[in-house]
Amino acid sequence: MQVDTRYSDGTLIVRPTGDWTINRSLPDIQSVVVGAAPSSPVTAVAFDTSELDDWDSSLVTFLFETVEYGRTHDLEVQTDTLPPSLARLVSLSQAVPEQETKTEEQPSVLARIGHWGLNAYNEVFDFITFTGRVVRSLLGLLTTQVKMRWRTFGVSLQSSTASALPIVTIISLLVGLIIAFLGAVVLRRFGAEYYVSYLVSYGMLRELGALMTAIIMTGRTGAAFAAELGSMKVGEEIDALETFSISPIDFLVTPRVLAITLALPLLTLYADAIGIVGGMAVAVTMFNLTTTQFLTGLLEPVVLSDALVGIGKAVVYGSIIGLAGCMRGLQTGDDASAVGRATTSAVVTGIILIVLANAIIDWAAAVLQF
Amino acid sequence: MPSDVPAISVEDLLLAFGSFVVMKDLTFDVESGEIFVIMGGSGSGKSTLLKHMIGLLRPSAGTVRLNGQDLWAMDEEERSAMLRETGILYQEDALWSTMTLAENVGLPLREHTQLTQSDIDRIVSLKLALVGLRGFESFYPHEISGGMQKRAALARAIALDPDVLFFDEPTSGLDPISSRRLDDLVLQLRDSLDTTIVVVSHDLESIFTIADRALYLDITTKTMTALGPPKELRRNPPNERVYHFLTRSLDDE
Repeated sequence: MQVDTRYSDGTLIVRPTGDWTINRSLPDIQSVVVGAAPSSPVTAVAFDTSELDDWDSSLVTFLFETVEYGRTHDLEVQTDTLPPSLARLVSLSQAVPEQETKTEEQPSVLARIGHWGLNAYNEVFDFITFTGRVVRSLLGLLTTQVKMRWRTFGVSLQSSTASALPIVTIISLLVGLIIAFLGAVVLRRFGAEYYVSYLVSYGMLRELGALMTAIIMTGRTGAAFAAELGSMKVGEEIDALETFSISPIDFLVTPRVLAITLALPLLTLYADAIGIVGGMAVAVTMFNLTTTQFLTGLLEPVVLSDALVGIGKAVVYGSIIGLAGCMRGLQTGDDASAVGRATTSAVVTGIILIVLANAIIDWAAAVLQF
Repeated sequence: MPSDVPAISVEDLLLAFGSFVVMKDLTFDVESGEIFVIMGGSGSGKSTLLKHMIGLLRPSAGTVRLNGQDLWAMDEEERSAMLRETGILYQEDALWSTMTLAENVGLPLREHTQLTQSDIDRIVSLKLALVGLRGFESFYPHEISGGMQKRAALARAIALDPDVLFFDEPTSGLDPISSRRLDDLVLQLRDSLDTTIVVVSHDLESIFTIADRALYLDITTKTMTALGPPKELRRNPPNERVYHFLTRSLDDE
């Protein structure tokens, strides 16, 4: 891959020689012209391909750049001195004028903070609006203005209850074990191992049963909702619904939100029971408590309201999971990676809102002494 | 490579999924430098045949030879080296959506050559210019129109200067003008690069414009029933179904 030059009468004759194949580095025309150091000004460039053997895109690239160089430097590039196939490729490459390249300005730090703030505000605003639309759709259900999509509801309910049992079982059993271990180690120092059942059941019923289940279900069902609706958005299925004036909220979102809102309290009750069993296993096998001791230790201090707080939380968490998943799904952009982003942000939004809701409910329960 | 060896040679090919036969008894050659169209109704196995020709699917019986070499008589490495000499334009473009056009076209060059990034950028600019997309280097696929996406995918298909190019329904979903432009581009690329081109299509306009020879896959008899220049086939159709296909007519007309 070599190129030499000759100079005759204002014309620079460029002569590529040998093999020009893509695996070698390309010469560039600017250095060829400068290297030629012609004695008088060049007005035209011509080619001599008599010594050229094999060639591919690398030669065409060089010629393409030569023509571009000629245009910017006011030189006449005589492409008719090329063999026909090369001349045709060069003219094909020049057929469509260059598109102005877009330029992206880097925003200043202040502007970025501003954008971030506005974004956060819009996110909150969007979530509230979206919740409002779902609530309106639910009211429509009650007044029979909106038809209930039982099939979607059924499928979502199944996937967020029965299909979720294995993972909920494993996680809540382990959480029950962990609380029992923690409690036993701390309580033993005060000779109060007896109260381990109180700790496990109070912890599971009031806090961890609902919280752990909600976090599992955010990753499982919330993400699935976002991916499902996101793929539908990318495939223009949502647009298709809207053109038939079928509200995607009524058709897709409400049944899903209802299903997960109903499913989560049920799963939480189940998780509570399994967690307490896990705790009992530790207490009985490792801390020499009898089953009866464990159960009486549980029944004395734990009251119904503890369980009710947990169930109430689960209802709130369930609606958050459904709303966050569906909203992120419907907000999906239009390329393949958008579905991935929607799923991620459904999980992140879901978990943040759940933890926030948990704090608010605990605070309210403490104030109301419930 | 001696020039009398056909670019692709298919012999007694049987296309089947399990016991379900899609097409049988396929025997034909694709000559070097020609534009060869595989046509047939929907579901006749055109794309399946294409997948066999590019080595994505293994024939149930029969052989596919690329430049005289049996694709399935070689080991995987040899086959993948062989397939590097081919370029494919997929039906749905298959441009990588998270990469710019320059990155899309440049990836095969980066993976398979020792070129420096600046040389790759220069070749990418040329390839995009060849398909009429000068200056679109930093655009993402979803920022350009369908016709432009097709052409960008074509720029990627010719990135490694392939000997054989495969097109799967290149004009599907394009408006008549974009289809026409793509057809012209295909012809110009063949004339200037001397590439062998295999096209799967049921777009009659496009078939009559670009094809040197066309192969008709008949869904009823499950085999090929016509092979030749499309205009010739329209004048002397070997059977009724080829006639109906090439004239867009119905049985009872």
